[in-house]
Amino acid sequence: MTQYFNEMYQGGKVRAPYARLEDWMKAMPAALRTLKQAEAEDLFRRIGITFAVYGEGGDPDRLIPFDMFPRVFTGAEWARLEKGIKQRARALNAFLVDVYQRGEIVRAGRVPSRLVYQNEAYEKAVAGIRPPKGVYSHIVGIDIVRTGPDEFFVLEDNCRTPSGVSYMLENREIMMRMFPDLFRENRIEPVEKYPEILRRTLASVAPEKCSGEPTVVLLTPGHFNSAYYEHSFLADLMGIELVEGQDLFVEGEFVWMRTTEGPKKVDVIYRRIDDAFIDPLCFRPDSMLGVPGLMDVYRSGGVTICSAPGAGVADDKAVYTFVPEMIRFYLGEEPILQNVPTWQCGKSDDLRYVLDNLSELVVKEVHGSGGYGMLVGPKSTKDQVEAFRAKIMADPGNYIAQPTLALSTTPTFVAEGVAPRHVDLRPYCLVGERIELVPGALTRVALKEGSLVVNSSQGGGVKDTWVLAE
Amino acid sequence: MLSRTADNLFWIARYMERAETAARLLEVGSRIALLPSAAGYRNEWDSLLQASGNADAFAKKYGDPVQRNIESFLFFDRDNPSSVACCITSARENGRIVRTALTAQVWDALNTAFQELRQLERTPRSELELSRLTEWTMRHAAMVRGAIDATLLRNDGWDFLNLGYNLERADNTARLMDVKYYVLLPRVEFVGSGLDNYQWTTLLRAMSAHRAFHWAYGGEVTAAKIAHFLILNPQCPRSLITCAEGISGHLDRLSKAYGATTDAQARARAMVDALRVTRTDDIFDEGLHDFLSRFIREAAALGSLIHDTYLSGDMR
Amino acid sequence: MLLTVDHVTRYSYDRPVRAVMQSHRLTPSVFDGQKVRDWTVTVTDGIPGGAFRDGAGDRVQGWTVKGPVSGIEVRVTGTVETLDLAGVLRGHREVVPPEVYLVETAPTAADAALRAVAAAAMGTDGPLAVAHRLAAAVADAIAYRPGATHAHTTAAEALALGEGVCQDHAHALIAAARVAGLPARYVSGYLFADSDGVAHEAAHAWAEIFVAGLGWVGFDPANRCCPDDRYIRLGSGLDAQDAAPIRGIARGTGAESLDVTVAVLALQQ
Repeated sequence: MTQYFNEMYQGGKVRAPYARLEDWMKAMPAALRTLKQAEAEDLFRRIGITFAVYGEGGDPDRLIPFDMFPRVFTGAEWARLEKGIKQRARALNAFLVDVYQRGEIVRAGRVPSRLVYQNEAYEKAVAGIRPPKGVYSHIVGIDIVRTGPDEFFVLEDNCRTPSGVSYMLENREIMMRMFPDLFRENRIEPVEKYPEILRRTLASVAPEKCSGEPTVVLLTPGHFNSAYYEHSFLADLMGIELVEGQDLFVEGEFVWMRTTEGPKKVDVIYRRIDDAFIDPLCFRPDSMLGVPGLMDVYRSGGVTICSAPGAGVADDKAVYTFVPEMIRFYLGEEPILQNVPTWQCGKSDDLRYVLDNLSELVVKEVHGSGGYGMLVGPKSTKDQVEAFRAKIMADPGNYIAQPTLALSTTPTFVAEGVAPRHVDLRPYCLVGERIELVPGALTRVALKEGSLVVNSSQGGGVKDTWVLAE
Repeated sequence: MLSRTADNLFWIARYMERAETAARLLEVGSRIALLPSAAGYRNEWDSLLQASGNADAFAKKYGDPVQRNIESFLFFDRDNPSSVACCITSARENGRIVRTALTAQVWDALNTAFQELRQLERTPRSELELSRLTEWTMRHAAMVRGAIDATLLRNDGWDFLNLGYNLERADNTARLMDVKYYVLLPRVEFVGSGLDNYQWTTLLRAMSAHRAFHWAYGGEVTAAKIAHFLILNPQCPRSLITCAEGISGHLDRLSKAYGATTDAQARARAMVDALRVTRTDDIFDEGLHDFLSRFIREAAALGSLIHDTYLSGDMR
Repeated sequence: MLLTVDHVTRYSYDRPVRAVMQSHRLTPSVFDGQKVRDWTVTVTDGIPGGAFRDGAGDRVQGWTVKGPVSGIEVRVTGTVETLDLAGVLRGHREVVPPEVYLVETAPTAADAALRAVAAAAMGTDGPLAVAHRLAAAVADAIAYRPGATHAHTTAAEALALGEGVCQDHAHALIAAARVAGLPARYVSGYLFADSDGVAHEAAHAWAEIFVAGLGWVGFDPANRCCPDDRYIRLGSGLDAQDAAPIRGIARGTGAESLDVTVAVLALQQ
């Protein structure tokens, strides 16, 4: 029986960061809890935070479940995480600058050439183009799991457009509204500066051709997108326009937006649409979501696109294995946060090991996301394991495997009261002229007993995440 | 502001106004149906369908105009773009797209209307009195309007919302009057008869204006008084002149805020000026139908000029 | 040779469109085999965008035309001095590593027949010999016949048909070369058709294959040769669309029709 690290209780004692939460929990009668939960849900629905699940249809206004029991880190724990996250974000950006210029890390034999240059996320179109301040990934979302008091592992990196930060902000807002006493009793670091820092980060990478205060916009695929709420929420908090492709056009050396007062020049585009769709003249010619000619303006220095096209080559699950190597190569440092040991099914030795130990491992598609197309060996039936075996054997290069991690648990409100549930952590690191991280993150929780899958599309929920002031 | 945002705001207002019109039609229909002396309620229901401009679409889908079907059509029917359900859903969707341009209160009002609509749609029809549906619609339309007036910054977004409200309302008032003249009473010998007056009263009800009318004019209901009230009286909230003044005023505000005069502004002002010097006799000399048709055309042209100037995003 | 180019592309729209956006790769490549004397690209009422050299070494220039517009003309004129380098792209500066051109795209996806072409050309006598055999095999397998294929015909379809134009030859050669493990790419440019009428198309396309030690080497299966001083190279890509000299889009509902004339002449020296 696997031992899971419980972030609140160790050996029957309450760990320091949760000290003040035990009384709070015990003082809350079931009836009040039900009431508060309903209140929280009502707040979420009225604000309009809903989450449409990819490919599942159903109610587009479904709420993502919110658990009121906060997840807590001490200042010291966070300080170490912060160093590790920033280190990783720097290395990932250094890697991106390198592979689109001289590719030193490949020449040095530290990362296999094939993984980079035959990667479907590698964009030939931006080779040789250096984005402003040398930043490709301006918002790096790093998924982290904990297995012990000091054991943190990075599960994956998200260098393109990591989503979910609106939940970090809204969860806090709702907790503060419902439990103001908790915030008086605990010294909790605020997260509310995130939008301001994001805006400053985006403005700091304005192109050289831009003089004066840059105009920053958020480009969304549109109101049918499942993350539209987040796009609109962030744009509002940053005080920038939320635009669709049709609102922008290229003329001459610049990109312009259509306003009621005529065209207005746009300097920085925080895009929440995929590379393939941003410009039909450069990528998919059938894209209706993008802006024709945008890439030519970008490449000739008339506008900055965040994240830069091509940033995805740093975050696929096969390249992930080499991030510790990137940290050593570019920064000359040892990684502060560990990778999860990973087997590449594309390698025959690894494949043999994976197939022999399938029921013990977690297997994922290299380009998959959202918890789809993955196998959690220990939680699967024999038939599921065998079915997955066939999929791996049909296309080994498309899969990687990792040991089943003993994800930590935190107390979570469930029907019967309070019970431990598995959690992960997604902090959002901002990279511009400076690298910044607000003291907070999105904690996702697997609400089903025993489940290790925290994705909201698979029945996961979210929690407020606290960092205590030292 | 983004042209598309202005367009979404404009349409929030138009859809809310349109939802209100659909509910008003239902309200007045139900009142007529309650009167034993009515000249056959089926006929009156039919005239209401004519007024909504949807008689053909209704006939194709439902056949005979019986009350329950008309309720379905004007309130719930997703195939009828002018139904309350469609209008509220579209208004809320436009609102969702431009959340950043609305206050929490306006969004809350739009979203609450939509969420409650979904509950109504799940409620068995036997539990839904028609009066509950119409009152519900009026209440939510008023709540949205109130939230806009009470909380929204008086910036360009507010102007675009009000342009939408005024253009839609002008169009609805003109069409309702026009339908009365040609559909409700086709034969000239009925003009001035009790039936004629009764029908005019019905229309006043459709515009929630019949008490206001009596306060303002008193005595007998005549076509001339009604035309004056609904076209030329700047005190009437739904009169054509009130709507035209609203459009002109908001275009002037935009012009001032943006520091640029527009053709739309000039045209709106010309429309107001013309109405100010019009007398009731002039309208009847021209013919009420011809006058209204001309007004509807001019309002539509003004609408498309506003679209080209501000909403299309092609203006340089 | 001293070659002059006059290349005119006319776009007309049956209803005026709101705007036209284009991305051009219409400037001769910079390498030892060609030297530009003069070169001009004009677009009717066009506003030039920022120009830049991309990672593959191509000069890219964006253009926009404000609407309403019912037609535009893109005119390319110039004079280039060319040298015969036996197909070798010597002195060409680029950042993109050759491995990138091993990636399959939809028009260059290999089927069993293309894989068979690749297998038959394999040998132990080095990549250059393999490349020559591949080019010859493609030339044998696809006869030149204009009109047999269209802009979206894939390499596999053209091979099955046994007929095609230079685009199909290039796609088939690229697909087969990649199967053989050789990076390969699509090149667009111009070809001077001399008096004996050997060459077919003035606006032309061929393939380049990366040969270790030698670099990129051009192969023109349509004319059974390597590009020499009759060729002017404009730009490259993974396939025809990626290497297109003009990529454009019009905003509006008007249907587009296209008329292209190209004249490549040799000047007396």
